[in-house]
Amino acid sequence: MNQTQWPLWEIFIRSKQGLDHKHVGSLHATDAAMAIENARDVYTRRMEGVSIWAVESSHIHASNPGDAGEFFDPANDKAYRHPTFYDLPEEVKHM
Amino acid sequence: MANVNPVQNFDALKVLPSEKSMEAYTLHLADNALIMGHRLSEWTGHGPVLEQDIAISNIALDYIGQARNFYQYAAELINQSAGGSQVPSFGGDLGQASEDSLAYLRDAIDYKNNLLAELPNGDWAQSVLKICCFAIYQFYVYQQLATAADPQIAAIAEKSLKEATYHLRWSSEWVIRLGDGTVESHQRMEKAMEEIWAFTGELCQEPSFDLGFVDYDLLKTQWQQKMMAVLNEAKINMPVSAWMQSGGTEGRHTEHLGYILAEMQFLQRAYPGAAW
Repeated sequence: MNQTQWPLWEIFIRSKQGLDHKHVGSLHATDAAMAIENARDVYTRRMEGVSIWAVESSHIHASNPGDAGEFFDPANDKAYRHPTFYDLPEEVKHM
Repeated sequence: MANVNPVQNFDALKVLPSEKSMEAYTLHLADNALIMGHRLSEWTGHGPVLEQDIAISNIALDYIGQARNFYQYAAELINQSAGGSQVPSFGGDLGQASEDSLAYLRDAIDYKNNLLAELPNGDWAQSVLKICCFAIYQFYVYQQLATAADPQIAAIAEKSLKEATYHLRWSSEWVIRLGDGTVESHQRMEKAMEEIWAFTGELCQEPSFDLGFVDYDLLKTQWQQKMMAVLNEAKINMPVSAWMQSGGTEGRHTEHLGYILAEMQFLQRAYPGAAW
């Protein structure tokens, strides 16, 4: 652990009407309990949410923006992967 | 600026401890919350870490909110027993009570808060320990008051209980982290105990204007049990001395309250009825 800073945590909040937790920011805390309480104090002051996820930033692994070409461009020109080439029967209204 | 009314009399604001129990008890609850909140607000902008600055400021705001609720109710009660029922806005007839006149125009001798509230913040250890002692008290007192015979007190208590529950969680965790922490943090927590312990007994003492809403013997037992559990985990010794300071509810305050009120009340006393 860096001796001059507490560990950094990424915070995700689910709003009252929401279905998923959205990333809202980060904060420093010494342990998980403090991270969640800090998130409650910092990110839900104005009733922004009803559920908190806290993840230590070091546990989040992200794709490298430099690899965007090989990762994401090939998917751009493969229309046959999209589920749009058949007609749905009337009975299956809400697919 | 509104007309500046010369102050006529503060008689309506004088509620003697043993008389008019309902007004006195409500003021006691309000004063506790206001002085705790005002003290903690001194941390705003000075917290050791950004997130904790926000946390302790939030707690201060919670206390101010509770104070407002109780002061509004106290003003109603005072005005009713004086024959009126109107609660004027501050700056109006100063002979009647309002939440603002009760907070800003009473002297220290009329304040009925427990002494613990007015103690200085000290360092972080002292502040979190102070909040912890007070939060344990509020947690159990509000639990009892939530079923009080007076519906207004019960409603305020029920709402405030949720805040007190969070204050208890937050502060007890800090006491444990510091007590069972490094050598320095442990020493600071020990010192904090020495500073404030003698003021904790008053919290569970039955005040002279008690109305029977609260079983203070039960409160004391619960408070001590919870405090001991926290201190055990924090590896802090509960002091042996049983002698406790008292007098806050009777208007006999420490030297600190005078300074607090001088700062808090200056504006309203220098410019009566000021508004913006």
